[in-house]
Amino acid sequence: MLGEKLFRAVLVTSTLLVTLLVAGIFVTLVGGSLESIATFGLRFLFSTTWDPVKGVFGAATFIVGTLLTSFLALIISLPFSLGVGILLGEYYNRGAVAGTIGVIIDLLASIPSVVYGFWGIAVLVPLVRGLEAKIGVTPYGVGIFTSSLILAVMIVPYSASIASEVIRLVPGDMKRAAYALGSTRYEVVRKIVLTYAQSGILAGIMLSLGRALGETMAVTMVIGNVSKLPTTIFSPGNTLASVIASEFTESTSALHQSAMIELALVLFLLTTLINWIAHQTISRMRNRNA
Amino acid sequence: MHRTANVRSRLFRNRLFEILVFVPGILVTVPFLLVLYHVIAKGIQVINWNLLFSLPKPVGEVGGGIANAIVGTITVVIIAAIVSVPIGVSAGIYLSESRKSRLAGITRMAANLLQSVPSIVIGIVMYSWIVVPLRSFSGFAGGIALAVMMFPVIVKSTEETVNLVPSGLKEASMALGARYHVTILRIVIPTSLSGILSGITLAGARVAGETAPLLFTAFGSPFFNFNIFKPVGAVPLVIYDYAKSPYDNWIQLAWGASFVLIALVLALNLVVRLIKLVHRGYQ
Repeated sequence: MLGEKLFRAVLVTSTLLVTLLVAGIFVTLVGGSLESIATFGLRFLFSTTWDPVKGVFGAATFIVGTLLTSFLALIISLPFSLGVGILLGEYYNRGAVAGTIGVIIDLLASIPSVVYGFWGIAVLVPLVRGLEAKIGVTPYGVGIFTSSLILAVMIVPYSASIASEVIRLVPGDMKRAAYALGSTRYEVVRKIVLTYAQSGILAGIMLSLGRALGETMAVTMVIGNVSKLPTTIFSPGNTLASVIASEFTESTSALHQSAMIELALVLFLLTTLINWIAHQTISRMRNRNA
Repeated sequence: MHRTANVRSRLFRNRLFEILVFVPGILVTVPFLLVLYHVIAKGIQVINWNLLFSLPKPVGEVGGGIANAIVGTITVVIIAAIVSVPIGVSAGIYLSESRKSRLAGITRMAANLLQSVPSIVIGIVMYSWIVVPLRSFSGFAGGIALAVMMFPVIVKSTEETVNLVPSGLKEASMALGARYHVTILRIVIPTSLSGILSGITLAGARVAGETAPLLFTAFGSPFFNFNIFKPVGAVPLVIYDYAKSPYDNWIQLAWGASFVLIALVLALNLVVRLIKLVHRGYQ
């Protein structure tokens, strides 16, 4: 029976490894941030100074940059993810139209972030610069707004696919009952489908928010990499992820590096929290329908 | 037919809503088509043997290629697959076989969280775990970083496909006296092979285009490098470096590299679809 035991052991060890990996990532981030935590304490989270020359570090600028780009992207993407979710979940849940749009949504998610970033530099930045010149703000081209546009395109697939999935789970009986009472399709969607699916749709949106918060390359390439608090949505800035990507290999001191690992820790906690809530909601939805 | 004002307004709103749903559905395809158009239109002009099979030239010299980066990307993805496939598939099988166990519940949560860890964070952690102790950026570190990103995808897709294996098949095998591990290896895995393979391919497609985890691990290199403990180049890294450069020649190379990368990722996605299609044909 040795083979049997060995086989079980392999399965269990592999499974444990996945959990240990997550724990290991957390422990490593905390360990790496200790120097920065000891030096700056809680001030780290609220200070807007990021000065590698003087050795003073605060994360507030990047936390603001991250939240600003992500929520702006969320707002821009919302009509699209809801529209596509309802379209694929309710109007065309099978057939050629649904198939084509579904495939494109999948492929939209598979385009590498760095390609979006490069496309952003080459195509989107000049367009935004033109727009900024027209409305009379400093025409940087790069900045918070440009990053949010790219992020919006990148996160639509996540919220749209979850939205269409939960909309498909709405029981047909309820919809048919509403139709039998003489409702139009719009009324059925608004009063039955969206009411029933709202927590799942919200979870999908949170999942896409998690993506936006941690998205690195595309944002790093078009945000302008300026470590100053943005004054308008057209200002250049930096996010937690983009400052790590652009500065980590050039860190000037051990403290500088530790501060950047603490930025990574903040980012990790932020995305983990958002995703955990989203996954709890989704699994509750699935269980209710199982 | 006579319609009251109320009914007319309800029908009008119904029509309006339909438009509100369809328009974004169509618009959402626009950015994809635009990105694809630009990458193909600009990439096709620079794609040639030279780009694919020669090394980069120093600044100022025209020409040069990304052969080192293509080899580097293949190397790190293969390292990632060698590490993540056996562990990921085993964990996926465990989750499906011990569906209700406590460890399974925790691991499912861990896999979800692992999937949500930003790729740049994984890059930093692998820098601390591998690059610092070995005192060198390396293709090996890059491969491990990508392996960490492949895990959750492989674990989940394996669990889902193994869940679909009819319990009758397993019971029949057990009834014939086959041991548990024989049943798993000879019945469960072959039955769900197409699903497991498409999960692995999907995971590979996803990490092949990743840049952030490679910044502090594989690092990039302008030379061919067959020592996996030294820095290696990768196609996404080339795009990142060249996209920001002021040299027109390098920008052209970045378009070429983007073309190569998109072609690779889309081809892998196509393979996933083919595997699923062929599998459906069998059933």
